[in-house]
Amino acid sequence: MTVYFLCVVLLTMGLYCLVAKKNIVKKVIGLIIMEYAVNLYLIIIGYKRGGVAPVIERGMNPAALERFVDPLPQALVLTSIVIGLGVMALMVAMCLRLYEKHGTFDMSQISKLRG
Amino acid sequence: MENITPQLYTLLVFMVVGSIVAIEARNLLSAVISVSAVGFALSVAFLFLGAPDIAITQLVVEILVLIILIRGTILLDNTAIEKGRDTLAMVASLIFFGLILGFGAMIFGSTGFPEFGEPLMRVSRVYVQTGLPATYAANIVAAVILDFRAYDTLGEASVLFAAILGALALLRRSGSATREEVVSA
Repeated sequence: MTVYFLCVVLLTMGLYCLVAKKNIVKKVIGLIIMEYAVNLYLIIIGYKRGGVAPVIERGMNPAALERFVDPLPQALVLTSIVIGLGVMALMVAMCLRLYEKHGTFDMSQISKLRG
Repeated sequence: MENITPQLYTLLVFMVVGSIVAIEARNLLSAVISVSAVGFALSVAFLFLGAPDIAITQLVVEILVLIILIRGTILLDNTAIEKGRDTLAMVASLIFFGLILGFGAMIFGSTGFPEFGEPLMRVSRVYVQTGLPATYAANIVAAVILDFRAYDTLGEASVLFAAILGALALLRRSGSATREEVVSA
C-alpha cells in the first residue's frame, strides 16, 4: 500500500508544480511528473509477486504462464508513454510561440500583455 | 527476482526527491535534468516490475524529452523568475491529495483493492493462456497491443498523430504572417 501512497505523493507534487509555478516550462515539467506517476501506478497494479515478464520462451512448461505479470496495463501504458511524448512536443511548441510573441516564459507577464 | 520491494522503494524515494529538486530548482536547466533523472529511475523501476518493453520505450522517450526541452526552451531563456511562494496553490494541492486518499479509502477500503503483488488478472488470464495459440506472438504485450486490442492502439495512434500535427502547425514558418506584415498591410 505504501507504494501506491508514494505514487499519489508524486502525482500531487506534479499538480502543485502545474498550478503554482509561474514559468510555463516549469508547468510542462509538472505535467511530465504527473504522467510518470500515473504510468508507474498502472504498472505497479499489474505486478505479481515473484513475477516475470510476459514473454513465452521455447520449451517453457504451461505452469510457468501463471508467473507472468499482468500484460494488459503494460500494453496500455506503452502507447500512453509515446502519446505523452507527442503531447509534450505540442506543449513545447506552444511555449516557443508564446516566447516569440511575448519575449518571456513568465505566465504573469504574459497575462499582463493581454488586450 | 523474488523480492523487489527494497529496490522499488529506493527508486520511488529517489523519484520523489528528484521531483522536489525539479520543481524547486531556480535554474531551468537543473530542473530539466532533474526531471530526466526521474524518468531514468522510472525506466529502471519498470525493469524491476517485469516490464522490459516499457523500460526500453521509457528510456528512448526520456532521451527525446531531454533533447526537446533543452533545445526548445532552455536555450532561449534561462533566467529564474522571482516570486514568492504561492500558498493558494499549495493548499489546493494538499486538498487534492487528501481527496484522493479519502476517496480511495472510501471506495477500496471495504471492497478490497488488490494488494501490491496480487493483481486481479481477470481479463489478462485469457490473454496469457490463449496468446501464443491465437496470435503466434511470443511476447504477450505485443499480442495485446497489436491483436487483442488493436482498435485501442489505432485510436491512440490517431491521438499521437493529432498531437504531432498540432506541434508541426504551431512551429511551421511558411504561411504564417508576422505581426509587422499584418500591421503594415
